[in-house]
Formats: sequence, structure tokens, C-alpha cells
Amino acid sequence: MDATELTTRLDPPNDPAARAGTDDTPGAVDLVEDDLVEEISIDGMCGVY
Amino acid sequence: MAFDPERRYALHPQVALRSEPFGALAYHYGNRRLIFIRSASLVELVRGLDRHPSAAAALDALGIPDQDRTRLRRALEQLEHAQVIHPLTGGDRCAPTS
Amino acid sequence: MRTDQLKQGLTAPICLTWELTYGCNLACVHCLSSSGRRDPDELSTAEAERVVDELAAMQVFYVNIGGGEPLVRRDFLDLLEHAVASGVGVKFSTNGALLSKAMAARLATTDYVDVQVSLDGASKSTNDAVRGAGSYTAARRAMDHLAEAGFGPFKISVVVTRDNVAELDDLEALAQGYGAQLRVTRLRPSGRGAATWRKLHPTASQQRHLYRWLSARPHVLTGDSFFHLSGLGEPLPGLNLCGAGRVVCLIDPVGNVYACPFVLHDQFKAGSVRGPGGFAAVWRSSRLFEELRAPQSAGACASCGMFDACQGGCMAAKFFTGLPLDGPDPECVLGHGEAALARVAPGAAPSPGPGHSRRAPAPGGVRPPDPARLLPVLPGPPPSSG
Repeated sequence: MDATELTTRLDPPNDPAARAGTDDTPGAVDLVEDDLVEEISIDGMCGVY
Repeated sequence: MAFDPERRYALHPQVALRSEPFGALAYHYGNRRLIFIRSASLVELVRGLDRHPSAAAALDALGIPDQDRTRLRRALEQLEHAQVIHPLTGGDRCAPTS
Repeated sequence: MRTDQLKQGLTAPICLTWELTYGCNLACVHCLSSSGRRDPDELSTAEAERVVDELAAMQVFYVNIGGGEPLVRRDFLDLLEHAVASGVGVKFSTNGALLSKAMAARLATTDYVDVQVSLDGASKSTNDAVRGAGSYTAARRAMDHLAEAGFGPFKISVVVTRDNVAELDDLEALAQGYGAQLRVTRLRPSGRGAATWRKLHPTASQQRHLYRWLSARPHVLTGDSFFHLSGLGEPLPGLNLCGAGRVVCLIDPVGNVYACPFVLHDQFKAGSVRGPGGFAAVWRSSRLFEELRAPQSAGACASCGMFDACQGGCMAAKFFTGLPLDGPDPECVLGHGEAALARVAPGAAPSPGPGHSRRAPAPGGVRPPDPARLLPVLPGPPPSSG
């Protein structure tokens, strides 16, 4: 799915440029990321021996 | 079995869902799988799934616009595949609302 | 997940290492925690139970319990059962010497516990050169106990060294024989590893071989410890970034919280679970963790095309070899680390200190191996004093 199919964002974190111009339309969703669902192994964190 | 939006779903009982600034982390204690859920809306949808007669109804209740439903249905399908959500059994199949 | 997504911090660590004790019956030459002697100030059972309660309240999903040797603590099983009963999944790391048949049987009936047995060679000679005489036999015996008790798949965890790269296939076969999961992790110059890293760490050529070997085996776990090799091709499975203070941290036996187990040094100490806000306050608001979660400078690596992939490698590897943190990893795949190492003055690298290393041989007849007698696999220049 490409970015043109996304609706306006809702409160994206730490991104003032994007926050300006966000509208709070009811039902607007924050489908910002390419992968909404990503699996990582519980073993996939560095700093655990 | 493919994801069926007319079925009623719930968070899998062995899954813990923990809210995070980016959305949530889901961890399945049985199979040790860890899932990043990168949308607060998707997290809200998942949390409320079992309160609705079907996944489609849950999408309706959140007022999800049509152009986002495909993407969210795909995400729910991925979550079912990862066993984060599962269909509830016992005559839960609902007639689609008009 | 990208590093910029970690700026706000996570609600809780994704995975947390908790060293229960500095006591250990072995004296491995590369021990990251310089373990050996118990510390008189180790968390009491009651304090440890409160830590478990905190982790449960924070919804920590999974904790890696290690040490030292965690089975040295008499309350180990009680703490383990308290953890799993509270909803905190446990993996514990052990050298196996104290994993009796009875312990294996008990573990086989405990839910949500994973067991990881340490082994650093497929052969007794390779393993025992690093972990001490008798350690290979003890580890294998523990594995046999787990298998006989019907525990199910356990993990065999190997720290990759110059001397065991050649035994990777044999280690894989060993794991397959037990129906176990093989895990291979990176040697860091941490703890006693600081003194032995130069002799033990894999060569550049061996690293490339390791990368290819792992790429062909996505079922082999790595603890995401080889993200510094990402410049060699497709990244290996995992988050591929330094988790210290961001997605992981360490609680040490006396309750100190460090960014990760490989940086047991004041510079990376975030606070203590014995502080007023407990572990949660340290995780959420310690200054060290705020600094680590902020975007890090690429420094000398800024103009390198690999930086996006390798993120400049491992903080611990740089710190304990005396390299600047905003520069190449000592094992940088482009060789920039080797060049930087040559510029580090002798004695300039921060010292891990003696830690809790034993000064006398370990009891029970397990002689600590002599680092001076480590045999290099490849001919090369005489070992340096570093």
C-alpha cells in the first residue's frame, strides 16, 4: 500500500512539522509506518547474553 | 484458515499487550513471539475486538474510513497469523450488517 | 524499529538481564561480569522478590537471569517460580555444573522458563581452554539431564572466539542432537574479556565466514550481537541496533542498574533498584538512559555509507578497547576499527577493574584456565600485553 492511500495523521510523536496541519477528524488513523505489524524474535535485542 | 472479518476475534489469552509511545508490544508467552504494533489506532482496535460481534463491526465502531480498512484488515490478518488474536468459537459467526 | 523511534523511551525494557549473583564455580577467561566471589551486599531474597514484583508491574515480558552462576543462589528456584507465577517469563543462563537431575526434573514441570547452557567449543579442549577443566563435561551432563527429564528444547549459547569458529558446524550438530537451539554471540572485551579479547576475538576473515554462516542459518539465534556485521550484506535477524538503555538493561547482583551487561563500569551505571523509585524510576528517568535514548552522533562514521546498517557497532566493544564511542567499532568490517585501535595508547583503555574475580583457584577442583596459555589458531604476531 502506498502513502497516497493514507489519511491524515493523528498526533505523530516528536514530529512538529507533521503535527502542524494534522486534523483531528474522528476516525482518522495513524497508519504512518510501512509495517504496522512486525515480528522480531524475543532473542533479537542486543545486550542480553 | 484465512482472516475472516465477519468472525468475532479476541486477543489471544496467552498474549500480553503493552502500550508504548509507538503503539504497543505484544508478547505471546506460549510461542515466545514478540510483535511490534506500530499504530495506536490498530492497538485500540485490537484491544476492543472481543467487544464486537465481528472484526468488521469493530472497524465500524472505531469509525475507520474505507480507504484504511484494507490496510487494517491486512494487519489483523498478520496478527492472527502470529497468534496475537484468535477467532472466538461457539456460534459467534454473525450475519454481516447492511 | 529505528533508533529515532526510541527517543521517548519504552514503557519497560523488552528484555532485561538480571545477574543474580557474582558467585561462580567457574572462572572463564572472558567473563563479562568478572564473576567468581559472592558479593556480601547481594540483594536479599526479599529484595529480589520485590524486583520481580516491579518487573511484573511494568509488564516486563522476559528476563534473562544470569550471573555469575545463578544456581549458586539457594533461593534460585523460589525466585524463578515467583517470576513465572507473576507473569514474567524467564530464561536463565547456566554453566550447568549445578544443574542436577532433580533440578532438571523440576524445571521440566515449570512453565515459561527457558534454559540456556553456556558452551564455548564442540570439543573439550577448545571449550575448557576458555572455561576451565571440567566445564565441558559439566555442561554436557546438564544437557543430558535436561534431555532425560523431558525438558524440551533448551538453548546452547556459544561465545564466538578465534578458536571455536572452526567448530561451528560441530556445535550445530551437537544442538541438533539434543533438539536444542543453537545460539552464538559476540565476544565483547568486557570484564575479564578486556584482558583476553585481543587473543580471542575472531579475525576479520573469520568474521566474514561467520556472517555467511549465520546468514544461511536464520534458525541460529544471535542475541542481535552481530549487527556490526550488517555492512557485509543483508542484516541478520533482530533489531540490529544497540539495545543498551533503550530496549534492554542490566540489574546486577547488588541492585545496580547498568545500560547492558557488557558495560559494567561507572560510566554506564544508571542507578540502583534500592533507590527511592526502585527499578521503574531508573528505567524511566535516569540521566544515562535519557542520554542513550537521544540520537547519537555518528562522529567519525558520519561519511561512511555503512553507518545506516551498522550504526557504528557496539558501545561496549569501543569503550573497553579505548576507542571513542562516536567512531568505528574495533571489528568494523571495513577495517576502520583496526586502524583506530593502533592509535590507542597502551593502558589508555578504561579498565573493568578486578570485579569479583577469584584470586585463588576455584573450589571443587575446577582450575581457572591460564590466559597466557591460550593457543591462537592462526599464526600471527606474538600476543600483545593488551
